[in-house]
Amino acid sequence: MDFDLTDEQRLIRDTVREFAQNEVAPRAHEVDETGRFPEENFKTMAELGLMGLPYPEKYGGAGGDTVSYALAVEEISRACGSTGLTYAAHVSLGCAPFYLFGTEAQKQKYLTHLASGQGFGAFGLTEPQGGSDAGSTKTVAVKDGNEWVINGSKMWITSGAIADVIIATARTIVDGQDQGITCFIVEKGTPGFTPGKNEPKMGLKGSITSQLFFEDCRIPAENVLGEIGRGFRQMLIILDGGRISIGAMALGLGVAALEASLGYSQERHAFGRPIADYQAIQWKLADSAMLLDAARLLIYQAAWLKDQGQPFSKEAAIAKLFASEAAEKACFEAIQVYGGYGYSREYPVERYYRDNRLTEIGEGTSEIMRLVIARNILKESEGL
Amino acid sequence: MNIIVLVKSVPDPAAKVGVRDNKIVEDGLAWEANPYDENAVEEAIRLKEKYGGKVTLITLGPKRAEETLKKMLALGADEGILVSDPAFEGSDELATARILAAAIEKAGGYDVIWAGWTGVDWNQGIVAQAVAEYLGVPHVSFVTKFEVNGQTARCETEVEGGREIIEVDLPAVLTAMQTLNEVRYASLKNIMAVKRKTIPTWGAADLGINPAEVGKGAAHHHLMKLIPPPERAAGRVLKGAPEETVQELVRALREEVKVL
Ligand SMILES: Cc1cc2nc3c(=O)[nH]c(=O)nc-3n(C[C@H](O)[C@H](O)[C@H](O)COP(=O)(O)OP(=O)(O)OC[C@H]3O[C@@H](n4cnc5c(N)ncnc54)[C@H](O)[C@@H]3O)c2cc1C
Repeated sequence: MDFDLTDEQRLIRDTVREFAQNEVAPRAHEVDETGRFPEENFKTMAELGLMGLPYPEKYGGAGGDTVSYALAVEEISRACGSTGLTYAAHVSLGCAPFYLFGTEAQKQKYLTHLASGQGFGAFGLTEPQGGSDAGSTKTVAVKDGNEWVINGSKMWITSGAIADVIIATARTIVDGQDQGITCFIVEKGTPGFTPGKNEPKMGLKGSITSQLFFEDCRIPAENVLGEIGRGFRQMLIILDGGRISIGAMALGLGVAALEASLGYSQERHAFGRPIADYQAIQWKLADSAMLLDAARLLIYQAAWLKDQGQPFSKEAAIAKLFASEAAEKACFEAIQVYGGYGYSREYPVERYYRDNRLTEIGEGTSEIMRLVIARNILKESEGL
Repeated sequence: MNIIVLVKSVPDPAAKVGVRDNKIVEDGLAWEANPYDENAVEEAIRLKEKYGGKVTLITLGPKRAEETLKKMLALGADEGILVSDPAFEGSDELATARILAAAIEKAGGYDVIWAGWTGVDWNQGIVAQAVAEYLGVPHVSFVTKFEVNGQTARCETEVEGGREIIEVDLPAVLTAMQTLNEVRYASLKNIMAVKRKTIPTWGAADLGINPAEVGKGAAHHHLMKLIPPPERAAGRVLKGAPEETVQELVRALREEVKVL
């Protein structure tokens, strides 16, 4: 057992931290206030090689491991949640499908483009009438000669409106036969594919979230990711990986909230003493630190298992669920520690709180996480 | 162009440093590259990018200095050498310069040698100049701008209240100021490349140095006592009408603090 990061992981964390604190954090407030997409952050992140961190160099990536990727997501989210989510969605949902299931030609064409940071990727699974029940996808793709004709719509797709290429799940009909769900590759600008407006949100205002419309959208026959009818399984595997990064995003936001609380509680005086002298405040700080520490270990564990090629589905769900709720608590208490200033938009803690709220919904709600965990442990206990 | 950079691992300048038994307390202290050495490494990489060649980093220190070396390699330097030997411990500045000069000779084939203008740990600012003396090459300190013109280089340096323009023959030793450049972030590509590099450790025997002539025993000056700065006393807030508080402030500055 070894709890130390490797030299390389530490170097990556320190470098991303330095970049994020120097350049991303100072813009975060303005990004939140204006809802502007912080394009300049991603320009530098592409130069640094972050946009394809966990993918091989031959596909434009940096060849890092999942632990390093989680560290990067944590550090970026600690500085700016909007940048963190956009980054996590690009790497875990935009790039991963090609890396895991793409043909060599698809990897060359799409993964290389995305991992080197030349454009954004996106993953369209959720639909207006349902996200948790992703198996009941209403979008359909019908084979017509050498093409697929897609009809339907997707909802809440991160970077869907700016992505160069989107993976969209659709029920697949060949010769009138239902072939199950398939992941399709749709390039930006394909006739019949139109992104909707940027949805107004509670937080993560600098990340772009859109509905996507498919109206007789025709794509070539080869734009199937991997095999026909494998889309549902592929999606589950992609989400397993993505959950590690949503956990890391929550951790980053929670850490930012705790750090703010530590600073403020030692400066703010009430009844003649810094409020950090009062046990009621100390307990908040201690509880947040404890929860975030545990979340960090769970995230590292899930990432490590993935890097070892071991099953990590249950651990990723546990890590995401625990980290998102730990950060919820840390952000909640940060607002409490700040009092009235905590409720003010002039101070960052309410932003952390709003930004973190998504981590309990995206890539599987907390309810669905509990479902995944329960299914796993019930299966493990069969025959006991 | 072959460039050698002298890099030192120093305690994190932001850290609170404690003193015990005439030594700084190293437990839990984070070590980083001396900030001005980062400017030196940055300048070396820029020269390499412009003229081709190779950047070699040399650090003298204990085993843990290797991590600092790796961090600087990740900026895009080619090789790193750790100069380390129990016999080197406690060396004074002259012995340190002798050891570094020997390491530079062993690495060989240099056109330019960069270092930071001072180390933020002991703030002596003399090792680089002594290295130049041992190597028999010129040196220019406090460089804020650097341009190579064939066999010479044009340096701008900072002097009290102004600048100097100096032309120096190469090879030369130069020391970097913070204003020399803006240090880049390490790219992931360079970070990953660090893993593939081996960092050799050179000791006294490798450098042909007689252990008796360096280290604590051979030092020409000795640290007798290390005294931490006094704890800063709590400030005093003057209360009352401005006319009175200003008078009291002036009196306190004159009579108590004696700065007026
Ligand atoms: C900012 C943002 C970004 C997003 N980005 C993407 C993206 O890039 N790609 C993408 O495909 N989707 C994305 N989503 C969608 C997100 O994944 C879904 O919102 C989420 O999965 C929940 O689906 P839903 O909104 O349809 O809620 P529903 O599935 O309708 O759930 C409503 C409620 O019912 C609960 N519930 C549902 N089923 C069960 C059950 N069996 N047992 C117990 N409780 C249950 C849920 O937990 C929830 O509390 C994003 C969402 C947001 C807000």
